Amino acid sequence: MSATDAGSADTAVRIAAAVRAGERSALDVLEGHLARIDSAEADVHAFNLVTIDSARAAARAIDERVAAGEDPGPLAGVPIALKDNLCTRGVATTCSSRILEGWVPPYDATVVERVWASGAVPVGKTNLDEFAMGSSTENSAFGVTRNPHDLTKVAGGSSGGSAAAVAAGFSPIALGSDTGGSIRQPAALCGVVGVKPTYGLVSRYGLIAFASSLDQVGPFATTVADAALLLEAIAGHDPADATSIPQEAPRLLERLDEGVQGLRVGIVSELMGDGIHPDVLARVREAAEALAAAGATVEEVSVPAVTYGLSAYYLIAPAEASSNLARFDGVRYGLRVDGATTQEMMVNTRTAGFGDEVKRRIMLGTYALSAGYYDAFYGQAQKVRTLICRDLDAAYERFDVLLSPTSPTTAFDVGAIHDPLTMYLNDICTIPTNLAGHPAASVPFGTGADGLPVGVQVLAPALGEIPMFRAAAVLEAAAPAKGAHP
Amino acid sequence: MSRITRDDVAHVATLARLELDPERIETFTSQLAAILEHAEDVEALDLAGVPPTSHPYELVNVLRPDEVGATLPNEEALAAAPQAESGRFRVPTILGEAP
Repeated sequence: MSATDAGSADTAVRIAAAVRAGERSALDVLEGHLARIDSAEADVHAFNLVTIDSARAAARAIDERVAAGEDPGPLAGVPIALKDNLCTRGVATTCSSRILEGWVPPYDATVVERVWASGAVPVGKTNLDEFAMGSSTENSAFGVTRNPHDLTKVAGGSSGGSAAAVAAGFSPIALGSDTGGSIRQPAALCGVVGVKPTYGLVSRYGLIAFASSLDQVGPFATTVADAALLLEAIAGHDPADATSIPQEAPRLLERLDEGVQGLRVGIVSELMGDGIHPDVLARVREAAEALAAAGATVEEVSVPAVTYGLSAYYLIAPAEASSNLARFDGVRYGLRVDGATTQEMMVNTRTAGFGDEVKRRIMLGTYALSAGYYDAFYGQAQKVRTLICRDLDAAYERFDVLLSPTSPTTAFDVGAIHDPLTMYLNDICTIPTNLAGHPAASVPFGTGADGLPVGVQVLAPALGEIPMFRAAAVLEAAAPAKGAHP
Repeated sequence: MSRITRDDVAHVATLARLELDPERIETFTSQLAAILEHAEDVEALDLAGVPPTSHPYELVNVLRPDEVGATLPNEEALAAAPQAESGRFRVPTILGEAP
């Protein structure tokens, strides 16, 4: 059983060029994607909400602007799916949580404003693990998203809906958010490109916060060029986000064809052993060979502190989450379950509104921050974060980019993992990047023996998007036949 | 480090404004214990002299010009409120009934 139809879908680069030139109508492009949604969404469940009417109105407006001689922008007429933790003015935003069910934000996230301003056509809000806490999109209050390559498998998470939407051809591009791997891991499992940009390169304004020092918005696409196109559109300084880096968006598309001649590539030894499936390891080694064949120098490199990444992350991220999610108290928006006093109302609201995984992480974070444990857990984890930054910095003195698996395995069965800690191990290769604030991309590179997609991760130092995309483009060109789509 | 107990979990739930039934407290106690046990590798490290990293990309004193800009109108800010009254968010009793 599969629902992938990406082969018949066009890329964002080609759609935008044709729409801008008046050769294709944005409405026709949209209707093709709505037809795919209509035929397969019931099986995949990528969306919490499909905004058909506003998408048609947006596509018509694009066509009118082209007819009037205007240029609607670099994403002209390109359908895009938005993760449902990005605020959309006038359109319900739920974080896949009961506590925000029915909430309609009064403003757009900066990235949403920017995709509108680039001429893109938002088609809907995609499913996620509640508040982006999870690695399988099974923790959604509104049902599981399934992998378009095999509907018995998970799509990964937490941005599983965005990954599945792109893999199923519902939209050529999508936005997700990545706190510990939530763009890259579902991209790997769904066989699409996913990029977590440098922390601060893309505005977080209007992204509903999970762990503020780790969260970053980024693109999903079927091609590396489409991911670059979307990242160019959303990146760049935003005064509304105090952590936004005050510089312009990098020019990525014009650099994609530069190749990797002379590029120094390090394979992270610590992420190439225990717990990684042999098929995944084999694809990463083949990817390294492909880069070497294209002129890169490839060596193994030890980055010892990454082995502590998982432990540090699962103290830091829940600690930040426990603070961020304190705002959901039934007072200003979202669910309210009444009580005799305000405190009782808050307890009743949060108890009814949050799912188990969110409660677990709030509890873990509250504990890690509480008196007597702060130094042992949260303080210690922040010091480990320093070690990870130092070890990665040392590696980047000798290498331009690093290579590793994205996910330890291919997509697993829906319902297969019950134990929280086992689920957390999915993030072992992706977490170090978030702790360091660096960029990383997952590029599809062949399949496992099970026929399911494998993703290879390209890591780069802060603001190293250009070499990262150059390496990603070479991997894309060298990847085993795209007929990987079953 | 001693293992997290049921009493710890019950206490933390109170701090976090969550109500957990006894069964849930039991489950969370063992799950949180397993996660914290995994974190013992971090707890055991000697990190004296290592500074903490709270933020990956250091930006200092990010300020904007002190100029009044556009803000959400009162009605829009209250539009999603479960209860509002006289331009304010309405909540149940906080301090007890007035005499």
